[in-house]
Amino acid sequence: MSTPAQTVGPFLHIGLTWPDGEFVVPQGNPGAVWIRGALLDGTGQPVQDGLVETWQADPDGRFDHPEDPRGAATGFRGFGRSPTTVDGHFRVLTQVPGALPGAAPHINVSVFARGLLHRVVTRIYFPQFDNASDPVFASVPRERRHTLVAQSTEDGYHFDIRLQGKEETVFFDV
Amino acid sequence: MNLIGYRRDPDGTHPPLDSPNYGSTRLRHPGERLVLLPHGLSEITGPLLGPGRVTESDSDLTRGEPLGQRVIVHGRVLDGDGRAVPEALVEIWQANAAGRYRHTADRWPAPIDPGFDGVGRTLTDAAGRYRFLTIKPGAYPWRNHHNAWRPAHIHFSVFGRAFTQRLVTQMYFPDDPLLPHDPIFTSVPDERARGLMIARFDLAATEPNWALAFEFDIVLRGRDKTPEHR
Repeated sequence: MSTPAQTVGPFLHIGLTWPDGEFVVPQGNPGAVWIRGALLDGTGQPVQDGLVETWQADPDGRFDHPEDPRGAATGFRGFGRSPTTVDGHFRVLTQVPGALPGAAPHINVSVFARGLLHRVVTRIYFPQFDNASDPVFASVPRERRHTLVAQSTEDGYHFDIRLQGKEETVFFDV
Repeated sequence: MNLIGYRRDPDGTHPPLDSPNYGSTRLRHPGERLVLLPHGLSEITGPLLGPGRVTESDSDLTRGEPLGQRVIVHGRVLDGDGRAVPEALVEIWQANAAGRYRHTADRWPAPIDPGFDGVGRTLTDAAGRYRFLTIKPGAYPWRNHHNAWRPAHIHFSVFGRAFTQRLVTQMYFPDDPLLPHDPIFTSVPDERARGLMIARFDLAATEPNWALAFEFDIVLRGRDKTPEHR
């Protein structure tokens, strides 16, 4: 039996802040894009005590992990971590991931917060790819799919996460 | 591609996101059903971030000679099949002995301890073992309901080997009279699962004339036996 999850509580910044957390790739990295967004509650208010973590493949669609059957893409961290600000904002500097075998490019996202007794998991897809061919994306009811697609901005993408209510983000049972 | 996924935990293992006794869940739990995510490459991989991120002294939270009862908190990170998870990053944070966090948002009138920042991190060894030296945190009041007090606890954040194994939890101390009154602890439906969050007093690991020891094993999800079909 697994150890149960519990909330990160309101003081998560003490333990989970990394100076380089939001830099999946270093500043100045060719092809780097900012993904920014807000974490919002059921009334649209910002969640100030939250943490957004990202996990993704490199631009060739490979993971720096021994279980990538094509060989580990060594050196690509693939991981970002951004505590939310007083405005509920989070951001990570990264590169757009490549396609995986049979899957459109995407970023896995874990959200932690006071009031979340277990993480919630979502995915960021990108507007320029054929997402409808992705089996996970296609398994989501059509009218909710747009909550998984980031919008293009001047220096990257925008992706809000709505925990509840109108336009609630799609969350996955992982 | 046929990939071996991770077993899903039985109902009752984890708290429901909508847990009305814990008031902060009210506006933060999703109202829609979660969509089942079959495990693909993005789920069976995960960040392996240990070496280079942690120094030896990061596991000693008593470097500043804080006030309070010195305790050793140690244990193993295991998967659901009892296998050790080596090189797992374990991060902890906690209140001081008076029950106050070093955080600008914590305003209750208990003293701040200048000798204690309440943050630790370490990596498990080849046998999945980790060890922290810290002080026992105090209980503290919160505004969830009338006369609400959190039992003494240490926050734990653990990375396993896969995205599916990511876990954030809290460790509690044995025989704490506040446990049955705490809506966060009791949000876990299964009694046995609740018990897994309570550390065991460990006389054998207690160091004479130095520190009491508590043992806390952390169990992450185990592997499926057969590939998930996609």
